[in-house]
Amino acid sequence: MTTTSETIDKKDLLWMYETMVTIRRFEEQCRREADAGKLRGMHSSVGQEAVPTGICAHLKEGDYVLGTHRSHHHCIARGVDINEMMAELLGKTTGTNKGKGGTMHIADITKGMLGANGVVGSNIPVATGAALSAKMRGTDNASVVFFGDGASSQGSLHEAMNLAGIWQLPVVFVCENNRYAESTPVEYVVAGGSIANRAAGYGMPGVVADGQSALDMYELGAEAVSRARAGGGPTLIEAQTYRYMGHFGGDDTSLYRSEEEEAYYRARDCIDRLRAYILEGEVVTVDDLDALDSQAVAAVAGAVKFADESPFPDGEELYSDVYIEYPEGHFSRG
Amino acid sequence: MAQAQAIRALTYVQAVNEALRQEMERDESVFIMGEDIAGGAGRDDFEDAWGGVFRLTKGLITQFGKERVRDTPISEAGFIGAGVGAAAAGMRPIVDLMFSGFFGVCGDQIVNNAAKMHYMFGGKVKLPLTIMTSIGAGTASAAQHSETLYSVFVHFPGLKSVCPSDAYTAKGLHAAAIRDDDPVMIFNHKLLMGRTQKPDVGPGVVTGGHVPEEPYTIEIGKAHVAREGEDVTLIGCGYTTLLCHQAAVMLESEGHSAEVIDLLSLSPMDEGAIIESVKKTRKIVIVDEDYPRCSVASDISALVAELAFDYLDAPPRRVTAPHTPVPYTMPLENLYLPTKERVFEAALSVLE
Repeated sequence: MTTTSETIDKKDLLWMYETMVTIRRFEEQCRREADAGKLRGMHSSVGQEAVPTGICAHLKEGDYVLGTHRSHHHCIARGVDINEMMAELLGKTTGTNKGKGGTMHIADITKGMLGANGVVGSNIPVATGAALSAKMRGTDNASVVFFGDGASSQGSLHEAMNLAGIWQLPVVFVCENNRYAESTPVEYVVAGGSIANRAAGYGMPGVVADGQSALDMYELGAEAVSRARAGGGPTLIEAQTYRYMGHFGGDDTSLYRSEEEEAYYRARDCIDRLRAYILEGEVVTVDDLDALDSQAVAAVAGAVKFADESPFPDGEELYSDVYIEYPEGHFSRG
Repeated sequence: MAQAQAIRALTYVQAVNEALRQEMERDESVFIMGEDIAGGAGRDDFEDAWGGVFRLTKGLITQFGKERVRDTPISEAGFIGAGVGAAAAGMRPIVDLMFSGFFGVCGDQIVNNAAKMHYMFGGKVKLPLTIMTSIGAGTASAAQHSETLYSVFVHFPGLKSVCPSDAYTAKGLHAAAIRDDDPVMIFNHKLLMGRTQKPDVGPGVVTGGHVPEEPYTIEIGKAHVAREGEDVTLIGCGYTTLLCHQAAVMLESEGHSAEVIDLLSLSPMDEGAIIESVKKTRKIVIVDEDYPRCSVASDISALVAELAFDYLDAPPRRVTAPHTPVPYTMPLENLYLPTKERVFEAALSVLE
């Protein structure tokens, strides 16, 4: 699509660049932490940074984001603290979830991150409920839920889209179509030739986007979020993107996809393209962007330091937070 | 019975309805979603056609409107998941799962999201969600509409479960569940819904049949000693509490004094009340309409074996449904159900 770059102000452009670079450096560091045996498994979002970044650029306080098993990029784009994220991944008590959630459940409701979720498709109705809450409380807040192409076949998506359609809820359904549900290619398991066209069945706009273009995501995000805020109901965005890494840390992608295909998508890298765009438009200088790059590296190093220096939780923490209120002594019998 | 006094007798259904109405009046964040909870939604001439299949929600849409009384599509994963999200985002939703057997289509939302979000998010998100559902055989509804499925939810950390036994406890437990900041499931037995309280089963089922008009709550996690006795403890919940009362009357005529404990809460369960009673009577019969394996009844049996073994004069006895699906035809369904006669006989066997 044609981008209306004039409408993107410098502040947003640089925020998107910085956010995407931070996500990538964070994910690369996670891989190193996993290799060192400190981080016990994760799903890398490298390659998909532009999708949540372009959308979340339009969110404000009170808006909700919900994610998936692959959600570090959603969290960072929503503004969750990377120190607390890294601490969570290392299982430390200073983590976003006190070390009890880990990579697939990072949440920080104070930042509007209502949680990653490890069950494919599970969060989509929850996001719809958050949107219902926003509407019933008379706010103009929106709820954005990210999910993969795999989740597009789950009944939960269809039930949630139907509810959002009949109740005209302020939800943005964002499918990150990274071409593979684990190792299964999208065209093998998605009927109808497109995920976006499923929107028509529920009376909402459905659009296909270049998910490797931060500018496209920004533009579509603006439209969908403002529709939600204005009471115009839900939108489905199918962002076509690619995960550079395997489904999980130990996954060998050569078992199910070709080098040529990977090279094609890497040549369209979202960070490279936004960087080129910023420089071509002379928004800032190379030095300015390099400074942002260094800043991201330093921030991630700081996150590791924070996490390393944080303690693991005490054994008593096993029993806390099961309930808000519950009689003592019930958790250890048996 | 105590001497005659002005009794405000409500049916179970009326009591639940009153609790829902009062909680919605008290707190604007309370709303309710489910299939046919109004009925005829969107048609002004037929609105409130049903008020739910058991009429628990009758009249609510008239008072509170369509925003707060939401008829849903037949889409349990969708609207129960939406209940989870709305609860996490500041509302206090009540969702109606028409029959407990339907949890099969929305179990993910209940056990993976509602039950776990508070813990896996490090205690930083609260989920004040109430899930109402129906249980119980005896209505020729066959295998998928007659189950008494609370044990499976008691199994999951993070969920609370309550099971009222009459109109009084129904009102108090619904109010308590709605006000609770944890997700609570309420199991309403079909045979109790619409049933007036029977003075012939002793000093009322719990209170002599009176349901106060003013709002009140019953503490979740507390059992009620519904009848005091010395010789044997009968444990019931929901409809089986009524069976325990009836069996206690039969035992009394044989010269045996039975104590009846009405569990009311299944998670958390009042283990102290059970143990205390067993230490006194030294014999226990647990009456539970759920399937017998890995159940509330088997858990209580394990509890007394582990914590009160030295006090027992006889092994714990369970009176439960068999390990079969619920049959349709009446002769088989009658065989399936726990009855007061089976409770009576089980009690006699431990009293010997």
